[in-house]
Amino acid sequence: MKDKALSVRNLCAGYHGTEVLQDISFNVNAGDYVGICGPNGSGKSTLIKIILQLLAPTSGEVSLLGTPQASFRDWHKIGYLPQGLQFFNPHFPATVDEVIRLGRLSAKKFPRRFNRDDAWAVDRTMEWMGISHIRGAMIGELSGGLRQRVLLARALVNDPALLVMDEPTTALDPETRESFYKLIFEMNREKQCTVLLVTHDTATIGKYASHLLYLDKKVVFYGSFDDFCASDEMTGFFGEHGQHLVCHRH
Amino acid sequence: MNLNEMLSYGFMQRALIGGSLIAILCSVLGVFLVLRRLSLIGDGLAHVTFGSVALALFFRLHSVYMTLSIIPVVLASALGILKLAQKARIYGDAAIGMVSAIGIATGVMLASVAGGFNIDLFSYLFGNILSISSSELAIAAVLFFIVIAGVIMFYNELFASTFDEELAKSSGLNTDRINTVLVLLTALTVVLAMKVVGIMLISALLILPAVSALQIAKGFKAAIISAAGIGVATVICGISLSFVMNLPTGATIVLINFGVFLCSFAARTLLRHH
Repeated sequence: MKDKALSVRNLCAGYHGTEVLQDISFNVNAGDYVGICGPNGSGKSTLIKIILQLLAPTSGEVSLLGTPQASFRDWHKIGYLPQGLQFFNPHFPATVDEVIRLGRLSAKKFPRRFNRDDAWAVDRTMEWMGISHIRGAMIGELSGGLRQRVLLARALVNDPALLVMDEPTTALDPETRESFYKLIFEMNREKQCTVLLVTHDTATIGKYASHLLYLDKKVVFYGSFDDFCASDEMTGFFGEHGQHLVCHRH
Repeated sequence: MNLNEMLSYGFMQRALIGGSLIAILCSVLGVFLVLRRLSLIGDGLAHVTFGSVALALFFRLHSVYMTLSIIPVVLASALGILKLAQKARIYGDAAIGMVSAIGIATGVMLASVAGGFNIDLFSYLFGNILSISSSELAIAAVLFFIVIAGVIMFYNELFASTFDEELAKSSGLNTDRINTVLVLLTALTVVLAMKVVGIMLISALLILPAVSALQIAKGFKAAIISAAGIGVATVICGISLSFVMNLPTGATIVLINFGVFLCSFAARTLLRHH
């Protein structure tokens, strides 16, 4: 039996009296690749932020890597890549290796000093991601695709057991987006890293994810992509052309 | 007047040493503040310092006693800005504006009620590093080591939360604690900088070396080191030039800093075109 990477039980959340998530429950096994989809305002990003303890739920429980969230301290085992590039200040004066090294801070205790192991981990991650040649470049001077690779490297530098991504391909062109999805897929298979990826792109994520979580404030569907394509929920959301548009089936 | 003659004066030696220490603090903290869009916190705390100086003059406290008495007031105001922004659902700039206005109003009110110390108060508005005493220099040195030790201990956490607060939080860093450390270190620095450039120009010493360094630096550590270098060089040049040409020291330092900013901006533009 596989270990549980994530367990969410009866989770509810809201802002200013409006309920955004209603009684959400699901489990993710170690090594799974879960695509989280749903319309705008369906609570996808809120769910991710609660899992990462960036927001507090109104009720419910979350367990990370078998530990209740309240007592979870192993943040270095979780990598996070936030939504698109909207947070990013293009004039920020940091080099690629400085940014990736920041990912190592979560494994350290105060005063959080870097050592040779950190330098080695940064080198190894850059090599695996194929970005060693830009290690001294300023992050603001990179293209959107390369910048997103660097931020992904930052999330992966600790070899996380769980990688959480919130619409990581929003600002990327279709070609770069496809290669980004492939990279995540390879990483999921090679390193057996559990992946949670929020996206609007239901059709593309279906090619790579082992599971699909379809949200609309509550769990509409959770299972394999094949089962989703055969489900009434898929037809309910995407209409009769859904088989063609989302599942690429005629 | 030659360099040896200028350096033979005790007050010049004290001014150059004190000015350099304070320039390093302002420039290093300035990089974090500018990148977090908190540059004006220096202005807000400077206005609180104005109110605190008026309060100290009201109680006839001078020199070292004045510095020691205004430190807790400015530290408390710095925490007040943070708490207003966090708890009272007020944006950071509005919180800075509120505390700043209260500081100025307190100063003006005390000066009006007490009378008689307006000239003293005026001298603090524009500063005079050349009048720094040995005991004030000793306090500046102690505070310098406290602030620098704080920056070194929290350097990586400050860097991470300046790069992106949400990412830092998701790594398990306590960003509230880091923000508190940053504003407290800034408050201590503002109290010290009052002597160099005066209350009116403190924010310039926090902002200008940092923005000049950000034009040319290749990397975060490089930005911090360049800002410190620019800060020290401009303060030494400003103090020397103002002494030789009989100019106001604070204003000279700020205008030299602006010249450096123009040069670094031009250098960056030229490098880009090549």
